[in-house]
Amino acid sequence: MKIAVCIKRVADMGARFQIGADGTSVSDAGIKYDMSDFDEWAVEAALQLNEKHGGGEVTVISLGPDAAQETIRKALAMGADKGVHLKADRIPFDGFAIAEALAAELKDGAYDLILFGRIAVDSAAGVTGAMVAELLGLPCVTAVSKLDVNGAMGTAERQVEGGVETLSFPLPALCTIDQGLVTQARYPSLKGIMAAKKKPLESKPAQLGAISVSVRKMELPPERSAGRIVGEGAAAVPELIRLLQTEAKVL
Amino acid sequence: MANNILVVAEARGGDVRKVALEVVAAARSLADGLGGEVHAIVFGGAGIGAVAPKLGAVGADVVLVVEHDGFATYNAEAVAATVATQITTGGYRAALFGASAMGQDLAPRIGARLRVGVAADVVAVSADGTDIVVRHPMNTNKIIATMVLSATPALVSVRPGAVSVGTSAKAGAVQSVASAMDPAAGRVKVTGVSMGGGAKLDLAEAPVIVSGGRGLKAAENFSLVEELAAAFGNAAVGATRAVTDDGWRPHSDQIGQTGRQVSPDLYVAVGISGAIQHIAGMRNSKTIVAINKDKDAPIFKVADYGIVGDVFEILPALTAAVKAARAQG
Repeated sequence: MKIAVCIKRVADMGARFQIGADGTSVSDAGIKYDMSDFDEWAVEAALQLNEKHGGGEVTVISLGPDAAQETIRKALAMGADKGVHLKADRIPFDGFAIAEALAAELKDGAYDLILFGRIAVDSAAGVTGAMVAELLGLPCVTAVSKLDVNGAMGTAERQVEGGVETLSFPLPALCTIDQGLVTQARYPSLKGIMAAKKKPLESKPAQLGAISVSVRKMELPPERSAGRIVGEGAAAVPELIRLLQTEAKVL
Repeated sequence: MANNILVVAEARGGDVRKVALEVVAAARSLADGLGGEVHAIVFGGAGIGAVAPKLGAVGADVVLVVEHDGFATYNAEAVAATVATQITTGGYRAALFGASAMGQDLAPRIGARLRVGVAADVVAVSADGTDIVVRHPMNTNKIIATMVLSATPALVSVRPGAVSVGTSAKAGAVQSVASAMDPAAGRVKVTGVSMGGGAKLDLAEAPVIVSGGRGLKAAENFSLVEELAAAFGNAAVGATRAVTDDGWRPHSDQIGQTGRQVSPDLYVAVGISGAIQHIAGMRNSKTIVAINKDKDAPIFKVADYGIVGDVFEILPALTAAVKAARAQG
């Protein structure tokens, strides 16, 4: 199958974030970057599908500054075949502006399947994938936790609150990948890293759409005030109950 | 008219979900700020119009009912087509969705159809003059972004549990609306829906969550967590990623950076050390209780109340004490 996976370079969420001097961005200082978790699973899912069905090609696409090429190289080192970098100095917060750029790149690619992560862990919106599907007129299943392809048909499961939906759809199609589909994305091997350096990576300007959602301000949430140890062992239970009833008033 | 707000009121199994009432409440205060009405559109099988009074009671002036057997389960393509058509013909200033599995699927489809962005998973939405402004937690809840929506319609999905439902009763006048496409004509077919355990509370909606980690040592020991949850009577059960990756619990129970993000009134962390990825999913809980044998576990840094000790000794005692407290209450 010819599969495209759209991936995003995001900050390592373990960081202690600071707001940038402009008040509308996250400071870069001391931040490490990597592929968004859900996007790694999407790359892994694409590689596994082609391994299972034999042959095929996986193209990874990333929109962002030049450093997005590092993220594309990681996906190539995992085993993807080629990369496309859609260059944009800043990634907008409007998923529709991004979706337009990605759809313009994807529309003539003749992909059987297009995968996204369910959300990017930084902007945490999860809107771009379904928007691209609409712009391309493709069947779409979001938040997929199980996926298979049989000829020209795909089947998927998606988690809904308290249950699971099972769906079938014709290819070509677009899916966004949730946790549960793969347990762990593969780590790039040394051989993979060497091979990735020779794989094609094309860079071109992103054709971003009009922006209608923008950030006015960013702030850090209030810190949680330090709590207290009520006691040790089962003997502390009565005091905990008292605090939950009289202080926290949640019981 | 131009300041009216449309709410897509999520229904399942013939009834509206709690998040639908929350979104109507959010839309009510937004519409009051703009001087407009709230119209709630609800999709369902035969008889779904019966939910209209519930939507009226929390602030819907008009309830638009799209009744069709094909809407007994969520039908993304036909719902998207119908909502997009309704927004356009109704000239709405904004459309609000729940940031649930359904709303997160639906809102971007409509955004692309109407060629506007979506502010997703917001915890507050308000009018600022003629602008619509939202607050959106990002970077695993470590940053709060205030965002402005400059286009009409403004499309917003509201995080479940973020808005409290008041009493702002409106007429809830019922109008019937036809589906903009035959639900059977969709390319994506829902071939099955399996709901785990009938009355099980969803993590997003439960006022109390009891969550377990590796400290429980084995899958079967989660029965202790379930018993504590049952004692509270209004609790859902969550888990850490380590536990769901090991298959002790389903992936849908995972709370954290790559799982569910929750903010219940009370979060009880049992045998959870408090990895940063887990804390990302629960740090906005109103009260946090941690039970762990390691007094230096990072979970105690975010917990309001901690008990150090053996979970197998403490949990049965806590379950009994919660039962007794509720029996008195």
